[in-house]
Amino acid sequence: MNSATATEVTYLEAISQALDEEMTRDERVFLMGEDIGAYGGAFKITEGFLEKYGEWRVLDTPLSESGFVGAAIGAAMMGLRPVVEMQFADFISCAFDQITEVAAKNHYRWGAPVPMVIRAPFGGGVHGGPFHSECPEGWFFHSPGLKLVAPSTPYDAKGLLKAAIRDPNPVIYFEHKFLYRRIKEVLPREDYIVPIGKAAIRRPGNDISVITYGAMVHLALEAAQQLAAEGIEVEVVDLRSLMPLDKDTIYGSVRKTGKAIMVHEDNKTGGIGAELAALLTEDCFDSLDGPILRVAAPDTPVPFSTPLEEFFLPKASDIVAAARKLAAY
Amino acid sequence: MDRVDVANDIKRAEWLQMYYYLRLTRSLEDRISALYRQGRIVGGCYTSHGMEAIAVGYASALERDDVIAPFHRDMGAFLIRGITPGEVLAQYLGKRTGPTKGKDGNVHMGDLKRGIIGFVSHLADNLPVATGAALAFKIRGERRVVFTGTGDGGTSRGDFHEAMNFASVRKLPVVFFCNNNQYAYSTPTRLQMAIADVVDRAKAYGMPGEIVDGNDVAAVFLAAKRAIARARAGEGPTFLEFKTMRMHGHSEHDAAKYVPRELLEEWKKKDPILRAEQRLLELGYADEAHFRDVGLRVQKEIDAALEFAEQSPLPEGREVLEGVFANPDEVEP
Repeated sequence: MNSATATEVTYLEAISQALDEEMTRDERVFLMGEDIGAYGGAFKITEGFLEKYGEWRVLDTPLSESGFVGAAIGAAMMGLRPVVEMQFADFISCAFDQITEVAAKNHYRWGAPVPMVIRAPFGGGVHGGPFHSECPEGWFFHSPGLKLVAPSTPYDAKGLLKAAIRDPNPVIYFEHKFLYRRIKEVLPREDYIVPIGKAAIRRPGNDISVITYGAMVHLALEAAQQLAAEGIEVEVVDLRSLMPLDKDTIYGSVRKTGKAIMVHEDNKTGGIGAELAALLTEDCFDSLDGPILRVAAPDTPVPFSTPLEEFFLPKASDIVAAARKLAAY
Repeated sequence: MDRVDVANDIKRAEWLQMYYYLRLTRSLEDRISALYRQGRIVGGCYTSHGMEAIAVGYASALERDDVIAPFHRDMGAFLIRGITPGEVLAQYLGKRTGPTKGKDGNVHMGDLKRGIIGFVSHLADNLPVATGAALAFKIRGERRVVFTGTGDGGTSRGDFHEAMNFASVRKLPVVFFCNNNQYAYSTPTRLQMAIADVVDRAKAYGMPGEIVDGNDVAAVFLAAKRAIARARAGEGPTFLEFKTMRMHGHSEHDAAKYVPRELLEEWKKKDPILRAEQRLLELGYADEAHFRDVGLRVQKEIDAALEFAEQSPLPEGREVLEGVFANPDEVEP
């Protein structure tokens, strides 16, 4: 099949494909979550999976996030490869203790690996309100023992999920709901992974590094295009992996541009942007030509009503404004 | 409570082995308490004093391939699964030869090769984990069973209920127990729950439950055997409430002045080792000389274990940075 006849795959379909192919490749891989069986999941990621793999590989669970995340930990220790679905990333708070106290510390404490994946549909822009829009990655970024990934493209959505399933550690896979059906691309036919811990330069530029992940990558690219017309060349760094961070790529970009803007949809205070700013100050201070800026959501819950949510979410114009300010240094 | 025909259901060799582990547990933990009072053990120090029959009884009822996710007063279960007294003392002393290489302390020992899921201080956290291990056995069609439990206080946690519910819905091969020792740290069960028997909680999950005399090692062993057989046959989980009494404080630093002295006096008469000895004499399985011999044997073992632990190296400070993540070669590809 050549690219002219190849079909484009949405971000959502890419996630389904990764699960399907991994379940076919490795019989140890199984799924647990709420309404993922007959209903196919709240977002239809696992539609048809129950028929194909049966009720012991596609388990509808009670409404019990702590219970089924704990169960995934136990099954993983016994040699299976569970992938659990949070119906919405917001509900991960119910499983916080199992993730941070049991899964994250297990290998460190007594050497037993916990190869499991938690899929967490996160992010706003979908009128979800305070309990269906959250970006909870910051909580887990601070818990040693967890790997965190957040794809921004269908290619990465598939490749990072496969890498997560094959990783010997607990991985939280943050999939952005806003991107599910909005972006598509042709994917390779052959099996591939996107290695955890490798960032991608989405657009090269010499003036300012915009470092971001998830849906914000697309805003950064939009802003970069606008800024190019003004003669400001922005380099867009897509983190892809939040833990571990690809410091080589991040530092390489900032040492080249001398200026950095962190963009995330998570609340501003104590977010990943804050950590990156600290890292760049510690390790790249000699290369910096201006302050490190953050474009992030305000420190409020995610509101429901359209004008409130629009105000809450970072916009391309916020990135443009930050870039103009920084370009003046 | 069900009466059991001990003589007909437990072989002499099983009885003598359980007796040995009761004594080993008691003496090892007495030594640990002494080391704590001497300041040679730092950190928490939780014993199963007066409750040894529970872990010894249930762990004796399991097969090699089965898995336990024990409670923090289950020393006997660790020993029966093959953690040596030397490893236990090395763990308490923070030595590199302990099962966690100094990363964690006291009864937080785990080892998948010996079928032990490491204990987590957040009580009841390991119940969903045990349920997941049982789920793996069910998915793979293995006839293995998981045995897990918590204390009376732990049954107030959501994880206890989430695990019991999920295991029952999916008829998973897991046995849950509560060692009801009447106090969660200083909180008596009457402030922990509005029911007299913890076993009543099982009803809500459509799970059979049984009240067991937790100070009678034979009763524990037989109840565990029944529940394990049920789980192994695919009939689903069982809940066992072991009635007992915590004879020491929550941890060795705790004088437990909140426990009425009369209550302790009453339960002292039900000491599981004394009761095992009475029963062994009645059955003609052992005599006083045997009890003395076992006492001397376990003291010798513990002396040797302590020597091993004391001579073992402490970890180097820099080892703190090791092991946060697993490497790919640590799991099956």
